Formats: sequence, C-alpha cells, structure tokens
Amino acid sequence: MPIIWPPKLLRSPAVRVGLSISIATGLYGVSFGALSVTSGLDFWQTMALSFLLFSGGSQFAFIGVVAGGGSGLAAMGAATLLGMRNGIYGMQLNVLLRPRGWHRYAAAQLTIDESTATSTGQTDPAEQQRGFWAAGIGIFVLWNLFTAVGALAGSALGDPKQWGLDGAAVAAFLGLLWPRLKGREPVAIAVVCALATVLAVPFVPAGVPILIAAVVAAVIGWLSHGRKDEGLEPDIDPYTERHPGHHTGKGTNAGDGINGTNAGGAK
Amino acid sequence: MSLWVWLLLACLFAYAWKLVGYLLPASLLQDPKISRIAGTMTIGLLASLTIVNTLATGQALVLDARLGALAAAAAALFLQAPFLVVVLAGAGAAALLRLAGWN
Repeated sequence: MPIIWPPKLLRSPAVRVGLSISIATGLYGVSFGALSVTSGLDFWQTMALSFLLFSGGSQFAFIGVVAGGGSGLAAMGAATLLGMRNGIYGMQLNVLLRPRGWHRYAAAQLTIDESTATSTGQTDPAEQQRGFWAAGIGIFVLWNLFTAVGALAGSALGDPKQWGLDGAAVAAFLGLLWPRLKGREPVAIAVVCALATVLAVPFVPAGVPILIAAVVAAVIGWLSHGRKDEGLEPDIDPYTERHPGHHTGKGTNAGDGINGTNAGGAK
Repeated sequence: MSLWVWLLLACLFAYAWKLVGYLLPASLLQDPKISRIAGTMTIGLLASLTIVNTLATGQALVLDARLGALAAAAAALFLQAPFLVVVLAGAGAAALLRLAGWN
C-alpha cells in the first residue's frame, strides 16, 4: 500500500500490518456483539466481555455456552480454558518486549492471537515493539467499538433464528478452528473431541460436554508427542503473501516464537 | 444477576492467564508439555464448540438448518474467505434453509 503522507510511525512495516489486522479483526466485533445480545446477554454484559475479557475465542465460547442453555459456571470454564494459550503468548512476548512498570499490565491485557502474531513475525526488536502495540491497541479500540455496533444492531433484529444468527455462531467457531487444522494431527484431535462432545451431550447438562472435550484434548496433549506448538496458531496470520517483504508461512506463527525463546536467540 | 458474577470471574481469569506469562519466570512455562496442552486444548475446545452449536439443542441432538451453516462456512473457509464473510455465509445458509422450510 503506497503511503503518500508518511508520518514517521506509518513508515514502520509492523505498524502498517498491525493497523490492517486491527481493521480486519475489529470488524468482526460486529458479529460478536450481535450474537452476544441474541444469546441472552444484555448490552453491558456484552461490552464487559469485549473490554475486560478481550480474547475473541473465549468471548465466543462464553456466549456459545450461554446460548446453548449452559450454566454460567460452564460458560466461565470454557472461556477460561480457552484463554490458557494467552499465558504462553505472554511468556513469549515478555522475552521479546520486556515491558516494565505499568506497561507490563497493559501489555498483558493486549496479549491475544493477533498482537502476538504481528509482533513475533518481525525480527527487529523495535519493530516487534511497534507491531505489538499497534495491533494490540488498534484491535482493542476497534473491537470494542464494533462490539457496541453489533450489540445495538442485534437487539433490533427480533427473532435471531430468522436471520440465521445461530448459523453465524457455528461459522464463527469453525472460522476460529480452521487456521489451526494444519496437518493430520490437529484434524485428528478435532475429530476425537467433536465425537466426545456428541457422545456426552445427551447425558450431561448443557455446556459440560465442552469441558469434557477440553479434558480429552488435554489428555491427548499430555500423552502424545507431537509439535509442542500445535494449535497455537494465530486466528489470522498477518503476514500473508500480500506482504512479501516479511516472513511468510510457518516462520511467523506464534508457536515458533517459543522455539526462538528456547534457543535463547529470540532477542 | 448471577450471570454477571460468572462473567466477571471469566474476565478475571482471562487476565490472570495473560499476566502469568509476564510475571512468572519463563523457565516455569517453558515446559514443552504445558504449551503443547495449551495448543491441543485450544483445538479440542473450538472443535467441541463448533459441533455443540451445530447439533445440540439443550441435551438433545438435532439435525436442522445449522448443518447447512456448517457446510457453507466450511466452503467459505476452503475458498479462503475472510472471517466476516465466513460468518455471513453461515448466517445466510441457515436463514435461507429456514425460509425454504427446513427449520
């Protein structure tokens, strides 16, 4: 993209990538907002999730369990288990960015798939900083803005089923899962967990089958020996072929940053 | 009211996960087993959430228009559509199938 008026910050490739991923990610805050209010949460509960929880997968998980008639406890459980990967991202980013003082607490809140991927896809430490903060702050602002838009639009829709909003939820979860299904092993894990879920649905209260699947997945992870970064792929890879100047493909995913930190050569 | 309590607890735990990576010594979290479990659990949870939202109505398994949403979303993802288009494809398929009479 040609920058005709180049303020200094916009000359940074990481900032430009961070801003474009902010727009792409922020926009689908509309679908979260609309689905959340039609799942039975009110406007302020919806906004609290985007502002305080701020992790797309966990937010969709919370409202998905509530929409299915699950308890608040099960919704919290699913959201919390899905948030575990952010702890791994935080560890990687702490090594790369070394935030100090209050920056560390702000960085923690902005630690999500997209900001991690934008930062770890850069090699220059200054660019890693700019990429993280540009993507993190940009997504935080736009995600909350568009959640509000979606929540207001969703409450005006009437019967959500007529608009296929339950189908939208199905699509959203598949869309979050899809980029992580690279190779035979993650597909096998997904199939086994989906089967475990279907088998459990008739026998346990709504919401609990999801937690059972999480336990099955954890046991698979514990017992088997595969890539240690399996599944830790960002929802969106910000460095697609549209940015040929950067790394592409595997080298940019968040998991490879773990390899980098293990080797002690990340910084 | 009680949903608020669980919701705020979920927000608290989400932040705790994020912060733990910054505060704990890296050596504690560098155990490859831990990051592997975080990864397999992410896949398992998303697969489970996908199938529950497709097939479950309470404790019953139901085949309805949501199955069409799943197929449409998969097609859109296969064609490398952006996330928002995938979501719209799912909604559109379910809405159209209902309009055609398949609840």
